[in-house]
Amino acid sequence: MSAARFFGSELRLVLLRRRNLLLLAVTALFPLVIGIALRLSAPKPEGGNGAGVAFFNQLAGNGVFLTFIALSTLLILVLPVVVSVVAGDSIAGEAGYGTLRYLLAVPAGRTRLLAVKYGVIVTFGLCATFIVSAMALAVGAVLFPVGPVTLLSGTTVSLGTGLLRLLFVTLYVAAAMAALGAIGLAISTLTEHAIGAIAAATILVVVSEVLDNVPQLGVIHPYLLTHWWLSFDSLLRVPVDTSALLHGLLSFAAYALIFGSFAWARFTSSDVTS
Amino acid sequence: MTAISTSGLTKRFHGGQLAVDQIDLAVPHGSVYGFLGPNGSGKTTTIRMLLGLAFPTSGNATLLGVPMPAGANRVLPRVGSLVEGPAFYPFLTGAANLARYDAADRTADPATARARIDEALDRVGLLAAARKRYRHYSLGMKQRLAIAASLLRPRELIILDEPTNGLDPQGTREVRALVRQIAADGTTVFVSSHLLAEVEQICTHVGVMRTGRLVFQGSLSELRRTGAARVTVQTADAEAAAKVLAGLGLADAQASPAEASPGAQPHATALLGDALPEQVCAELVHAGIGVRGYAITSPSLEDLFVGLTGEGFDVSG
Repeated sequence: MSAARFFGSELRLVLLRRRNLLLLAVTALFPLVIGIALRLSAPKPEGGNGAGVAFFNQLAGNGVFLTFIALSTLLILVLPVVVSVVAGDSIAGEAGYGTLRYLLAVPAGRTRLLAVKYGVIVTFGLCATFIVSAMALAVGAVLFPVGPVTLLSGTTVSLGTGLLRLLFVTLYVAAAMAALGAIGLAISTLTEHAIGAIAAATILVVVSEVLDNVPQLGVIHPYLLTHWWLSFDSLLRVPVDTSALLHGLLSFAAYALIFGSFAWARFTSSDVTS
Repeated sequence: MTAISTSGLTKRFHGGQLAVDQIDLAVPHGSVYGFLGPNGSGKTTTIRMLLGLAFPTSGNATLLGVPMPAGANRVLPRVGSLVEGPAFYPFLTGAANLARYDAADRTADPATARARIDEALDRVGLLAAARKRYRHYSLGMKQRLAIAASLLRPRELIILDEPTNGLDPQGTREVRALVRQIAADGTTVFVSSHLLAEVEQICTHVGVMRTGRLVFQGSLSELRRTGAARVTVQTADAEAAAKVLAGLGLADAQASPAEASPGAQPHATALLGDALPEQVCAELVHAGIGVRGYAITSPSLEDLFVGLTGEGFDVSG
């Protein structure tokens, strides 16, 4: 129970902090901007070829696809930055304010504090991801027709089934963000400068994306942080390509475990000098 | 039982610098213990080890009989602390900041949180500013909020690291009064300072640090007893007076004739030792010294403190 109280208190602090609210608000604006832009340039449902943007053809026929467009666009940088801000700030920010020594003297417990911080990061990532999906769904429904969903494999499923798929896609993206959050948390235990930890986590994402786009490095691609992030399109096919999804989830779990362990080892054994 | 005890507590930083060197603290239950020493003498590092924030290189420490840092989760709820200045979220109010620390405490009762926070704020005189953002607090208010945080629950031991640092005389008096109140409740108070004068009036015991070593520990009267009394004779004939004093077997006889210290009264001094002051005076007069003034002086606590910690710029570490 005490852990629930501590978690609630920390989550409220993160969610109500003006900087984080602003980040979420900006994130919510993106689907709107993308939706309007695509609406203005959209071909008529019966013709044209919308090469270039994934899911573009489907969007013209069904507003639900704006969610997948928004998620895959924002996954490149916006969502990772939003998650990195909260993750990188988690421990380093406390150290910077000096509040870390008081939390530990309370005593919050080092392992417990770390667990609560990670829980908050994951929850915040979940919120950000769901805000993108919800906003994109709302904008898509207003600007485009909505109805039974024709999947990428050509199969048409009911709107309800389509929305269920959307839920899984959103959760999959949130899991990817949780893995990134563990990396941000680990970096955050190394410094008193939150901004440095935030920048480092963001740079790692960009480096991974760049390496993932160099075909000559194909051998390392499956191990890259970002490699499986967009594999959620497997959920939009019948039958679902579970192998890609499982690879993705395995990769997220591995990253979370490795960096979570690193953060724990570091945080429970080092002096707090801030 | 002692409230705080350490044996051979040592901290060597990664650079090899010895910050705390084999100190054996013994802080009696119910005492107000002044932990003194110049800035950089290892006080804060010691406190960080006591609270489990830093890990000792060697030696061990117990708080209220519980070994640290192993027993941190067990014992720290009974210990309030202020370490190296107040630290709070600037964008939260004073009350919200306290609520946050209280929420982190697994043993605190959430049902009473509101009442306990108000009570702690009231005790430090911040109830009126409870809904003000921390960033708008004055330095004295920040310091008092930190003390309030240490009073969120009844404590058996309160550790205050430089609680008067940066405060004006008024703020210093307020903090002193608070410490007195806390101690009056039977709580052991361990308070560090680089100024003896700031804690002299409230302490029952002192420990003095110098470059990482504990160079004195005991009650204030024990510290006073370490000071040797001096006899000072004001006379025009300082050299002769010093000779008489030396002749009586008094150690460290010195003459300050008029030409040696222009503007000051010419005088001679020596350590009194076991000699009787009235006898010394009689001998001086008997020897034909024109005694203008005669005094026996014991060094002030401040002098003793400076003697222990060294003066000026030899502060290292």
